[in-house]
Amino acid sequence: MTTTTAPVTRPALLSRFRRPAPGPGAGRRGLRAGLTPYLFLVVPLAFLIVLTYVPVVNMFWYSFTDWDGLDPTKNLVGLQNYRDVFTQPDNLRVFYVSLYYFAASFLQMALALYFATLLSFKVRFRSMWKGILFFPYLINGVAIALIFTNFLKPDGGLDVLLSGLGLDSWIRQWTGDPAVVNYTLASVSVWRYLGLNFVLFLGAIQSIPNDQYEAADLDGASKWQQFWFIILPSIKPIVGLSVILAISGSLAVFEIPFIMTGGANGSETFVIRTVNMAFEFNKVGLASAMAVVLLVVVLIVTWIQRRLVPEEERAAKPAKQAPAEPTGATS
Amino acid sequence: MSTLVIENGPTTRPRRGARPVLVTAGKYTSLVIASLVMLVPIVIIVLGAFKTKQEFLKSGPFTPPDNWLNFTNFVTAFTRGGMLQGFLNTTLILVVSVAGTVIIGSSAAYALDRFTFRFRKSVLGLFLLATLVPAVTTQVATFQVINTLGLFNTRTAAIVLFMGTDIVSIYIFMQFMRTIPKELDEAAALDGAGHFRIYTRVILPLLKPAVATVVIIKGIAIYNEFYIPFLYMPARNLGVISTSLFRFKGPFGSQWETICAGVLIVLIPTLVVFLLLQRFIYNGFTSGAAK
Repeated sequence: MTTTTAPVTRPALLSRFRRPAPGPGAGRRGLRAGLTPYLFLVVPLAFLIVLTYVPVVNMFWYSFTDWDGLDPTKNLVGLQNYRDVFTQPDNLRVFYVSLYYFAASFLQMALALYFATLLSFKVRFRSMWKGILFFPYLINGVAIALIFTNFLKPDGGLDVLLSGLGLDSWIRQWTGDPAVVNYTLASVSVWRYLGLNFVLFLGAIQSIPNDQYEAADLDGASKWQQFWFIILPSIKPIVGLSVILAISGSLAVFEIPFIMTGGANGSETFVIRTVNMAFEFNKVGLASAMAVVLLVVVLIVTWIQRRLVPEEERAAKPAKQAPAEPTGATS
Repeated sequence: MSTLVIENGPTTRPRRGARPVLVTAGKYTSLVIASLVMLVPIVIIVLGAFKTKQEFLKSGPFTPPDNWLNFTNFVTAFTRGGMLQGFLNTTLILVVSVAGTVIIGSSAAYALDRFTFRFRKSVLGLFLLATLVPAVTTQVATFQVINTLGLFNTRTAAIVLFMGTDIVSIYIFMQFMRTIPKELDEAAALDGAGHFRIYTRVILPLLKPAVATVVIIKGIAIYNEFYIPFLYMPARNLGVISTSLFRFKGPFGSQWETICAGVLIVLIPTLVVFLLLQRFIYNGFTSGAAK
């Protein structure tokens, strides 16, 4: 792996923890120096514990109760909530919905890889194309949902476009028909997150030393051969990582369907159902069990990822990059 | 491979003919199509935002507005739609949370990178593990904590959550801090500077590039965040831009021209920031996506 270019693609967050960093003035540290790090850590740790660990521990506890979020007493119900998550048809459906997003994330990766490869070669107006592909990722989620509600409404932009192309028969109720709504929403998700995937792939491709292409050019290798023998092997780790993370990413889909349909017409996702259970139907116990299930899935996926992707390669690539809800402010 | 290069020399250039032309055409066609897919839904919003109510209902989505200077919808969005209030709240929350994130993240990173202490590994593990917790779902239980603290329906709720649960920025700071030579700390220490002074006078100024990264990705994330303000600040006067825009769905449900204007109002600052800071944004997100 290269170490000379594109420093931003080498976060190496996990690997850095292996190396303890000796403090300044290591030899002459007294009692005061012993306490100093804790003084700097007290506020960050307080936040971490109060806003992350207390909720997680509580969540486990609630998940074994029938608590409604208000009642002062919480009755233990054992594993009943977990049984409900995996047996009630309405709860199982949301796993099925996530498959649409899982499939869509492969389309997204394929497109991102295609455009990243294309734009890593010489292309006119390169930064313009790059900007257009990336910009949607920066747009406010509510704005995206409204942009597409407008675009997909009956006689909206898409319908007019299809009519113009003589494809009237293709027109559907894009967000109203249970048979198409998940395709529609997954496509919007691809539209939104393609840019991030693309920029990450592009960064990885551009960190390949130039002389490799030059050598291949001189050897008379075609662009296709360059892709197959130079680019693909170099970005295999990040592609592999994206595939694995698509699993937890597709379960974590939330914003776009929540705002566009609110989960109606069979578009309810795992997280929409979780928050609806907690805040609409006051089933905090069941919602907590669902949240625990998601947490466990994420932990398993992370564990697999760590086993499959060797430390060295991970060090050269962004360590985590979920296709669905990648950089929520608090995720 | 390198020997082959020398033997082959520059004579075996790829041949030029019909195929490369086709490839080039295909290349640009795919780029144009992708760009259209990305832009057309947005363009329709731009066209719609300048139309009158009648015009919006009668004309097709691709018809340009009669009067490009019709700003009525924007005025409606700003005043009756509460976008003005939304921008004020977003700005306030954004400034305080970003400043807090920088201070919290850099001080945690300073402690973790520059000191060896007994529980260092455990603390690192706590931060690392926390990145794996999907934030949307833990809101189920976080809500109870915020409620118990009496922060429900206050701006403080969002501020506290934004700066208190951002572990990515701690990593960005730690990563960058490794590139700052420890000799600088030591020199300052020899001059009699205490740890706090070293942190504020030596470390923080040198962290500027990392601060820029954190400010950009955190700023954009907070500007776009929907669920936290939606859940914790339902009061109307506490609307941020996301929730104000979301509320357009109700009263303006049939007034798409106003919704278009609202979307555009939210979009323009993002576009301006993107055009001005492109390079930083790309870099920020490629390093920020790693957590």
